[in-house]
Amino acid sequence: MSLSRKTALAGVYEHPARFAPNKSMFQIMAESVRGALDDAGLKIQDVDGLCTTGMGMSGMGIVGFCDYLNLTPNFVDSTSIGGSSFVAQTAHAAAAIAAGLCNIAVVVYGSTAASQRFAIGTGGAGLGGGDPCDQYEAPFGPTTVGAYAMMARRHMHEYGTTSEQLAEIAVTMRLHASMNPAAKYRDPITVEDVMASRIISSPLHLLDCCIISDGGGALVVTSAERARDLKHKPAYILGCGETVRHPARGRRDFMEMAAAQSGRLAFERAGVIPADIDMAMIYDSFTITVMMTLENLGFCKRGEGGAFVSGGRLRYDGALPINTDGGGLSSNHPGMRGIFLVIEAVKQLRGECGPRQVKDCELALCHGTGGALGTRHSGATLVLANQ
Amino acid sequence: MADEKSDQKKYAKPLPRIDEENRPWWEALKRHELYIQKCRDCGDLRYYPRALCTNCLSPRTEWLRCGGKARVYTFTATMQNQAPGFREALPYIMAYVELDEGLKVLTNLVECKPDEVKIGMPVEAVFEDATPAVTLLKFRPAR
Repeated sequence: MSLSRKTALAGVYEHPARFAPNKSMFQIMAESVRGALDDAGLKIQDVDGLCTTGMGMSGMGIVGFCDYLNLTPNFVDSTSIGGSSFVAQTAHAAAAIAAGLCNIAVVVYGSTAASQRFAIGTGGAGLGGGDPCDQYEAPFGPTTVGAYAMMARRHMHEYGTTSEQLAEIAVTMRLHASMNPAAKYRDPITVEDVMASRIISSPLHLLDCCIISDGGGALVVTSAERARDLKHKPAYILGCGETVRHPARGRRDFMEMAAAQSGRLAFERAGVIPADIDMAMIYDSFTITVMMTLENLGFCKRGEGGAFVSGGRLRYDGALPINTDGGGLSSNHPGMRGIFLVIEAVKQLRGECGPRQVKDCELALCHGTGGALGTRHSGATLVLANQ
Repeated sequence: MADEKSDQKKYAKPLPRIDEENRPWWEALKRHELYIQKCRDCGDLRYYPRALCTNCLSPRTEWLRCGGKARVYTFTATMQNQAPGFREALPYIMAYVELDEGLKVLTNLVECKPDEVKIGMPVEAVFEDATPAVTLLKFRPAR
């Protein structure tokens, strides 16, 4: 059974807040739901599916949010696999709609990471919890950035990748942010600026790392048929894939990511290949995340990422534009960025992106990475089209 | 996490939670010995220790003595970590080392500076007695 073109994104909304000390997480989420429903031309009473999760939320947070908005949906999903969660939840909502479990699903996210001073990713907080695996990691002081930095070091060793090549990615994201009025950091930077910024965890510099902001957003998923009757041209869901990677009992090849599997599934299910994609939203927790994800999704061969990201290829006017909103490196990163990947892809497919609009954008890919590449992570891929 | 409150006071970094499933691993480290698990049915080696073989789900496990020789698979010098115990120890080196037995282990490299570390460099186990109850497996350049 294929999911292709049975469902679509009918509404999207990115909350403009980047620092919102006077708002609760649930308020940001509720305002995002309103924004996405307005965008679709729907009412809160139309919603019968709800998907959410968040770092600031309790394990039953989705029930609490339904309470906050007085919702009693027929479908709930609080899949929590890190920053990729909202990409996976979009796919789950699509499958639920195709299976007749609900008709109008909202995927929503909100966070006050910056105003509450969460030490997310770049903040350099320690990783570790109470799971069995944590007992063999937490004593050694792993950090999120450190777990990615170890992958960058290995990539440099295996393939000769340079810090300058990684810096190209940060420079391109900042260029895109300069064309996004909502982005947190909009002043252009150079490769030299990235190289001169302090090392957080070698070989990654401060400007190789995502920023910390508040923020939120929401998406409306419905059947393709229903979406065609709503306000905007639908962004059809063509294919999806998700999986996880971990140390594999001590045997993992760490240069292989979840993206290799989730991407293959999404491309197969969508019936397209990487060369068909007009623009991609690639989770950019760190510059190395982008380079390895592009390799693992098959946009270039493993080890060729350094050359691939050079020469402006990733710019909005390049051969493979990525993260045209400025990404987590420059626009916003409230801790779990997956929802913004889908929002910007939909805006690009609608042609709403103004100066950063990708020309003739008909087919877009979103790939979320959640967790830490160097320990455990999830990957979720979506392929979207405007026809 | 820690067995005794007094340990926590002196030793600020997180300590592992020792339970029936992992006790042989931690007790071996306390004796300054390194053992990894091997499935008695299919022979698959695994790290970290767990009750069932991930290859065949057999609960029949033997412990294989390791020589503690390894090579650096990758590493990072951590310059920023606000967590107690680590913020005082900056910069410290996080690494994956690959044991001669073929398993990759997350650890700290000690007795060396970050600029002395190279991927592929031979390293050897050192047993760091963090508290009276817990010994941690770390690695240093091979002598």
